[in-house]
Amino acid sequence: MQQDDTMIRVRGVKKQYRLGQIGGGTLRGDLQSWWARKRGKEDPNTLIGTDQRLIGTTFMALNGVSFTVKKGEAVGIIGSNGAGKSTLLKLLTHVTAPTEGDIDLYGRVASMLEVGTGFHPEMTGRENVYLNGAILGMTRAEIDAKMAEIIAFSEVGDFIDTPVKRYSSGMYVKLAFSVAAHLDSEIMIMDEVLAVGDMKFQKKCLTKMRQAATRDGKTVLYVSHNMATIRDLCDRCIVLDQGKIVFDGAVDEGIAIYLAARGQSGSGSAMDYTRYQRESWCENDALRIRSIRFAADSVEALERTAPVRLTMTVDARQAAQQIGLRFEVRDEVGAPLATSCLYGLQMHPGENRLALEYDLSMLSPAQYNTYFTLFTAGEGGGNSDEDCVPGPRFGIVDTYGESRVEWNARRWGLVQLPDARLLPGMAE
Amino acid sequence: MEQTQTYHVHYGPAKGWSRVDLGELWRYKDLIWLFVKRDFAILYKQTVLGPAWVLINPLLSAAMYTVMFGVIAGLPTGGAPQSLFYLAGTAVWGFFAACINKISATFTANSAIFSKVYFPRLAMPVSTMLSALINFVLQFVMFLALLLFYVAKGEVAPNWALTPLTPLLLAQVGLLGLGCGIIVSSLTTRYRDLMVVVTFGVQLWMYGTPVVYTLSMIEGMSRPLYWAMLLNPMTAPMETFRLIYFGSGQVTPLMWALSLAWTAVLLALGLSLFSKVEKTFVDTV
Repeated sequence: MQQDDTMIRVRGVKKQYRLGQIGGGTLRGDLQSWWARKRGKEDPNTLIGTDQRLIGTTFMALNGVSFTVKKGEAVGIIGSNGAGKSTLLKLLTHVTAPTEGDIDLYGRVASMLEVGTGFHPEMTGRENVYLNGAILGMTRAEIDAKMAEIIAFSEVGDFIDTPVKRYSSGMYVKLAFSVAAHLDSEIMIMDEVLAVGDMKFQKKCLTKMRQAATRDGKTVLYVSHNMATIRDLCDRCIVLDQGKIVFDGAVDEGIAIYLAARGQSGSGSAMDYTRYQRESWCENDALRIRSIRFAADSVEALERTAPVRLTMTVDARQAAQQIGLRFEVRDEVGAPLATSCLYGLQMHPGENRLALEYDLSMLSPAQYNTYFTLFTAGEGGGNSDEDCVPGPRFGIVDTYGESRVEWNARRWGLVQLPDARLLPGMAE
Repeated sequence: MEQTQTYHVHYGPAKGWSRVDLGELWRYKDLIWLFVKRDFAILYKQTVLGPAWVLINPLLSAAMYTVMFGVIAGLPTGGAPQSLFYLAGTAVWGFFAACINKISATFTANSAIFSKVYFPRLAMPVSTMLSALINFVLQFVMFLALLLFYVAKGEVAPNWALTPLTPLLLAQVGLLGLGCGIIVSSLTTRYRDLMVVVTFGVQLWMYGTPVVYTLSMIEGMSRPLYWAMLLNPMTAPMETFRLIYFGSGQVTPLMWALSLAWTAVLLALGLSLFSKVEKTFVDTV
């Protein structure tokens, strides 16, 4: 049956959910409905005044999904909310059964749909490791063999014999993740579990996952909204949309397709200004910013050092020269803070697409408001604004370690100037 | 083409009645045992008397029954000392009732964990039954102590030769409770009303079983009631327990045959119902 090194084979899988009323919910109601049908009368439990077609209508969470995954592959599954990602994972981990189709797994599955499933607050860390491990399919002997490794990885240390209700939430998820990460399985299925703990621990988790695929030859299936981790961890990408696979292949291409699909629906970090009412001072509509789409899935927590990429679409009535773009950053209450400019743009009539990259590494972790302004550079340094739209409100997050201290923005300001350089031979 | 893995699972649509994979359940025996330990460990955390409650509860019930049915109503106990008689009744029935009451909440109480991770769902009810069994064993030790006291006083004469039957009797009660419990738990995924009914129903069942009275008392009162009671699968274990430890029960092969048949039917029905419900129940809760 098994061909070469196939680990997961999914063929024509469909999952149907019923919308609206599921049964009467009470035995009496069901009996009443049954008796009414038996006599050919109207069901007394039918809701009056609601759309009759909706009651009991079905909805296909997955509509004919087929793919195979080979040994050692790390596959990312992406798609917008409601695309069927979670349903697919539930079927693969045997939590619920498909309505149609077949799923074959050629290996033990470690599922991490939620870390800490079955953790009991009254029990100690160690007891919970045993229980959680057993729930995930390990035997006592296997857990015994890995206990030391699990405790070490979790960084919980001496707290292992303390009831987990006394743990901080960080310790809790670290311990839970450690158990799941040390499962002896050939297939690992994960649903955004990496979004746990601090940045440092997240990095550690990612490394562990990558090792699982590359060094230990495990098969990894990873669902996430975080494109950066998908890019980091996976070497193949499946894009789901409305219960179907719309792309299966290279990661970068998959992410691009996913982001493009999202842009059309105008959600998340994409902004559409076609209906935006401009301020009275920029009524000249020769140049109009139509849309801005950030490459990041969400701009709520951008990493300080990572470049911020976005694409902007500008509609121009006629060709224009010497156009500039200002990206204005304001603080939380709207006071101007810093601005990044781009000069020498040329607009041709119709739609102009700009792909931009910004370096925001000088901003401290905080929330910021933004504005995008198009202007025409005049002679002698003058300029006249053409269009101005508010950008998304974004947040910056940062990692700290031994070589960097946490930035005290209240005393040192929101802007971090570049680090000073120590010149050689000047110490004397 | 080399076959590297022998391990293979196949999931398909949930159709028709399915078989229970007892081999898989056995592979998860460590989990079952950990659930049992957890149940016991957490139940009495942060209570003053701790595990002593396992013994205090039946003692209080037995005391209440002794006053109500023994002293006030003056029901016959077939010659056994009243306190011993009612303690035996509450312990055995308590085991059975705990099985049904706790197992019936299997799906509703664990829906969060069931919708996140797969393990044989049957591990939950089986571990619940084992927890109830451990509680019973503790109560049984207390019962034995009281029994020896009365034996020393010469007030009761057990059939010591029959005592090895006790584990069989407990297995029968446990499996019957498991069967009933998983039937109710499977139905409660759809009909929540059953949750309300079950506690009351179990209490009603107790009064329809020779727990606070003896079968011979009913036999002397009403013939139809006696026959009805023979159909009750819990009658045989209750009376057998008394036959063993008080030497005064009324047990016939027919009673046991009926009881075993009931248990087999209910357990088989429960298992197939349960395994059908467990596949898709997370979609309906």
